[in-house]
Amino acid sequence: MSHFRIDIRQRAEEVLALYPRPRSAMLPLLHLAQEQDGYVSDAGIAEVAAMTLTTPADVRGTALFYDMFHLEPVGQYVVGICTNIACLLAGGDELLGHAETSLGCSVGSTSNDGLFTLEETECLAGCDFAPCVQVNHRYVRTTTPDAFDALVAQLRAGTLDHEVPNHGTLIRVRRTGGLHAPRAEVASERAAAHEQREARAAETK
Amino acid sequence: MATLAAPKIVSSRAEFPDSHTLSRFLDTGGYLGLRKALTMFPEAVASEVDQASLLGRGGAGFPAGRKWSMLRKAPVSYLVVNGDESEPATFKDHFLVERDPHQLIEGVIIAAYALQVTTAYIFLRGEFALGLERVQQAVNDAYEHGALGRKIFGSDFSLDVVVHPGAGAYICGEETALIEALEGKRGFPRIKPPFFPAVTGLYGEPTVVNNVETMSNLPWIINNGGAAFAALGGGRSTGTRLFALAGRVNNPGVFEVEMVKNTFRDLIYDPALGGGVINDNKIKAIIPGGVSAPWFGPDMLDLPLGQDEVAEKGSMLGSGSIVVLDDATCVVRAAWRITKFFSRESCGQCTPCREGSGWIERAMYRIEHGGGRLEDIDLLLDLCDNIAPGLTWPPQQTTICVLGPSIPSSVHSAIQMFRDDFVAHVELGRCTHD
Repeated sequence: MSHFRIDIRQRAEEVLALYPRPRSAMLPLLHLAQEQDGYVSDAGIAEVAAMTLTTPADVRGTALFYDMFHLEPVGQYVVGICTNIACLLAGGDELLGHAETSLGCSVGSTSNDGLFTLEETECLAGCDFAPCVQVNHRYVRTTTPDAFDALVAQLRAGTLDHEVPNHGTLIRVRRTGGLHAPRAEVASERAAAHEQREARAAETK
Repeated sequence: MATLAAPKIVSSRAEFPDSHTLSRFLDTGGYLGLRKALTMFPEAVASEVDQASLLGRGGAGFPAGRKWSMLRKAPVSYLVVNGDESEPATFKDHFLVERDPHQLIEGVIIAAYALQVTTAYIFLRGEFALGLERVQQAVNDAYEHGALGRKIFGSDFSLDVVVHPGAGAYICGEETALIEALEGKRGFPRIKPPFFPAVTGLYGEPTVVNNVETMSNLPWIINNGGAAFAALGGGRSTGTRLFALAGRVNNPGVFEVEMVKNTFRDLIYDPALGGGVINDNKIKAIIPGGVSAPWFGPDMLDLPLGQDEVAEKGSMLGSGSIVVLDDATCVVRAAWRITKFFSRESCGQCTPCREGSGWIERAMYRIEHGGGRLEDIDLLLDLCDNIAPGLTWPPQQTTICVLGPSIPSSVHSAIQMFRDDFVAHVELGRCTHD
């Protein structure tokens, strides 16, 4: 019995088929596990391990290296605020402090109602609208404390749910079709073409 | 005033709201470069790129043509595109993947054709969720359009492109760490030699790793010829480049300008570009090429935006990011935050980087937050010297990758240029800007 939902499982199998070695699918599969459960759960880890032919310990060890994977449950909305250099110069620290008050949780924790998890992120490459804010993988062009509070009100009311994705986006745009140019096939085709050229060259001599 | 006569090579479609769609791409010359390339010999495509003398746009500035020629002697297995843009205040690849994904894909197919590769991976930073969606959609469209898959546009060339998401690790921008991540492992940079994945890359096979912006230049180069590209810019810095301007400027953003013909001052002050410093404040310092680069004072504002020109003055153009610090900025706080970043992002393999970054961060923290001691200032320089002996530029390396020697740049620059600010912090017992 698969832990993955049917659509997630299908997407995971599509991804797996794109690589010559199953372990290469590790990061996309972990994203899918997080997309389903909101975080990388033990059951998700077991499923990823089985699909990538590795062990749960190996999967956990790999996931821990990457900041985007949460190994503990998170709130419905993960709010990330950047305080790196460009955002620091635009009031990122002040916005982060303000967010702690308006969300009711400190950096790295989840609000009591389970709605929000607040994170201090490193540069999100959104320096032209600093300080940069992300909610569940979506950039929000919010720069002032007032605008931030308006955003929080909208999130609480659920009016942004069509825009703000769940805890992952790989399921949103699927790849149409698998690999079209299997390496072995293409290699033999190329070798044949090369032989033909050689043969023609020999004839003209 | 800035010289803005040069053509827009990679940002020509950005003005259109639907610049990411196939229909807009085809209406504006999309895939013409690829069609032309497919009528040429692969070697001829590579030699156009050689002639353009296109420098890699990722940060190291290695000539793309030379990277390829190292491989042409042996068959190449994989092309990997580095879209893990994470250098703080760099956001030009973000712009390219969201605004013009088809241009990137066309460039990837041209490069794959030149290298005769049948599989290419586009590694995109996981945080670029919209970019991942758009590039995946563009790949789907390209297959349907016949630009990917078997026998592209009726030629004998076949190629698969796979979009691979990262998961939040600065170090994966280092090409061997990126390959490890692509193999499903922790992003630990590989021990050198071999220095280039050209020798041992993905799955141990010869691999070319190129940056998103580098790839995005290829359609124009094939359409207009390498010589036309090389005619732009000056010296070794040919063509145009995307500069990500951030910090204390009125109009931060991504601007494509001709290399060398423009200066830092042009970029920061031209009304069509940066639009000047906030509140007309004075510039205190600029960080010219990502936070790994040593800082410049305002005396360097008239330096041309060229790779060698910046290198000669002891810094680097690096990732094409320029951060402006004005006189309202606390330089101690700025340098502390950059150090905190490196401390968080060190992968932990090498002692000088793992321990040094945290130690420097703690010393910087206490100076900024009122607990500093005067001897901390020289301690910081000593710690920096232990990571990059001699504190020269380019730096000496004591670690597997260049993350280590990037740590001292900001702290060393800040102390050299603004030692008085550090002393004032210690003597006041708090931040001078609080």
